[in-house]
Amino acid sequence: MSLSQSEAVESGVSAPEEARGGLARDALRRLRRSPSAIVGAVLVTLFVLVAIFAPLLAPYSPTEQDLSQIRPGVFPGPSAEHLLGLDQLGRDELSRLIYGARYSLVIGIVSVTIGASIGILFGLIAGAFGGWVDGLIMRLTDIMLAVPGLLLAIGIAALLGRSLTSVMIAIGVVNIPIFARLLRGSMLAQRESDYALAATALGVKRWRIVLLHVFPNSLAPVIVQATLALATAIIDAAGLAFLGLGSPDPSIPEWGRMLAETNAFLANAPLLALWPGLAIVLSVLGFYLLGEALREALDPKLRR
Amino acid sequence: MRRTTEQRSAPAGARPDAVPGATTGRGGSVPLLKVRDLTVTFGSRGRSDVRAVDGVSLDVFAGQTVGIVGESGSGKSVTSLAALGLLGKRGVTVTGSVEFEGDDLLTMPDDELRALRGRDVAMVFQDPMSALNPVLTVGRQITEILTRHRDMDRREAKQEAARLLDSVGIADATRRLTSFPHQLSGGMRQRVMIAMALACSPRLLIADEPTTALDVTISAQILELLRTLVSDTQTALVMITHDLGVVAGLCDQVHVMYSGRIVESAPRKVLFADPAHPYTHGLLASVPRLDQPRGTPLQPIPGSPSDTLPWSRGCAFAPRCSRQVDECLGGPPVLEPVAAQSHLLRCVNPVPLQGPPAAEGTP
Repeated sequence: MSLSQSEAVESGVSAPEEARGGLARDALRRLRRSPSAIVGAVLVTLFVLVAIFAPLLAPYSPTEQDLSQIRPGVFPGPSAEHLLGLDQLGRDELSRLIYGARYSLVIGIVSVTIGASIGILFGLIAGAFGGWVDGLIMRLTDIMLAVPGLLLAIGIAALLGRSLTSVMIAIGVVNIPIFARLLRGSMLAQRESDYALAATALGVKRWRIVLLHVFPNSLAPVIVQATLALATAIIDAAGLAFLGLGSPDPSIPEWGRMLAETNAFLANAPLLALWPGLAIVLSVLGFYLLGEALREALDPKLRR
Repeated sequence: MRRTTEQRSAPAGARPDAVPGATTGRGGSVPLLKVRDLTVTFGSRGRSDVRAVDGVSLDVFAGQTVGIVGESGSGKSVTSLAALGLLGKRGVTVTGSVEFEGDDLLTMPDDELRALRGRDVAMVFQDPMSALNPVLTVGRQITEILTRHRDMDRREAKQEAARLLDSVGIADATRRLTSFPHQLSGGMRQRVMIAMALACSPRLLIADEPTTALDVTISAQILELLRTLVSDTQTALVMITHDLGVVAGLCDQVHVMYSGRIVESAPRKVLFADPAHPYTHGLLASVPRLDQPRGTPLQPIPGSPSDTLPWSRGCAFAPRCSRQVDECLGGPPVLEPVAAQSHLLRCVNPVPLQGPPAAEGTP
């Protein structure tokens, strides 16, 4: 069959090396071109590195007290010895911030993993089966989404008792309906797509179409949502800790708790509230920027 | 156009029977696909039902190429989707029968139908950009069908997939297996679609506007490819198109649809020489032809496909028809033979025939 070999060469314009690049590489290339993605990636990388290498980076232990310097109502500000000053119990603020990144990161990742995995499972079931199964799952998510997220998290965290685990579970549960709905909606749209119809027309079995064709194509918004959910999880964790629903252990340098504890000393030491606030804002901003850029990079409409 | 027409007529003439019309129940050979009175109705709550396909009957014989022509919305795609059971179940009513080698596809159990699709009947879609899964390599998508229908293991399937890609004229086929659809050009994607459709050497291939999304040169290549493959493998081809040029170059038998019904069907040569229905006539007059003197203005059909009458009240084309007479609105016109038995027409005031049979053909 040599009739159109020459034509094929002429119509196949893509370069050889491009043929090897996968979809992920394509998305990565687009990410590199977006300034906000780079800022986001830098912030997130910094955040993760700080969390991982906290013991190496922190000048002091987060629990070590320097009682010689503090008196009631007097907090030594930034100095050469303690770059960000001491907190109300005489602990080095910078070291606590650095160790705090660990808690935020772990809480974020664990809770989003809980929320995303269970949510994806339910979304997949709803999107694959449709009918009454879909109806039931969607009504359940409606009920969960009817309660404001943080309120639901407060309720669950209060129910489970004060601990880091209950904070993670609470935030994870809040995320379940969001992921379930997102995936189900995305799958419904993909099920109507031409390639699903084409696969049906060529006799591919239904479960294969759902699992192999529809599901992977529906994942892009879920990936984006996971990044954005990390940001919200950090805020929610801080919020729960601020409200006193985090771990009862006062030695844990959690950013939300640090923020809450400075409440009483705001007039004397406003900077102590600024540092954890800034840490939360920067890490959340990083995930948001990265998530938004991912949304654009993974958008099939922008894909050639 | 003329030249390709004549090339094509050689194998057509070599067949034992002259190509029969759609509804002429002929003895002798049994049609591969026998559609009878296919009617598709879309209903949605709160709105009146839409009858997208209305009593379509047609035959496709083995090795034959049949064209279904019509404007957007004339029901040609719905006909093919309904025949393969690819329309959703909700809000869709399909009646009539679609017999493929004697089995009615409309009443066949889902499993059997699924096993048959892709193996015995395959389909090529209009837009190769969207009809391929963007997250799977083309190799994966082709091997999927091979493992499904031909029980091949992965390695065999891979080799066969490369052979298929090669047969549709894709250079460096083995390496192309690892390409994603977005890395291929439109023409190559359509070639991949055709390779997938032909993977199991189906006896019937339905091509739903396979060249509409492609530019003219690529579209010519794709048509040439389809023509070659179909005649090499003796696959019957149903070509759904709005492009009369495609029909002229490819089809043995042509059915013209308007507003869900076949309004004229005839062997290609008859149709092009003697279009009797004013709609067919209008379609032909609206495309440039080499046998017309230079500078002849194209004649558009006035109005749009939405200016229709319900068939129950008269001819749906009447509001746009230049030959409209009072009888057009006096109830539904019937599809009946004119002149030759193979030429069927649904019109009360047809365009007078001009060709050789014109003397006895004018009603």
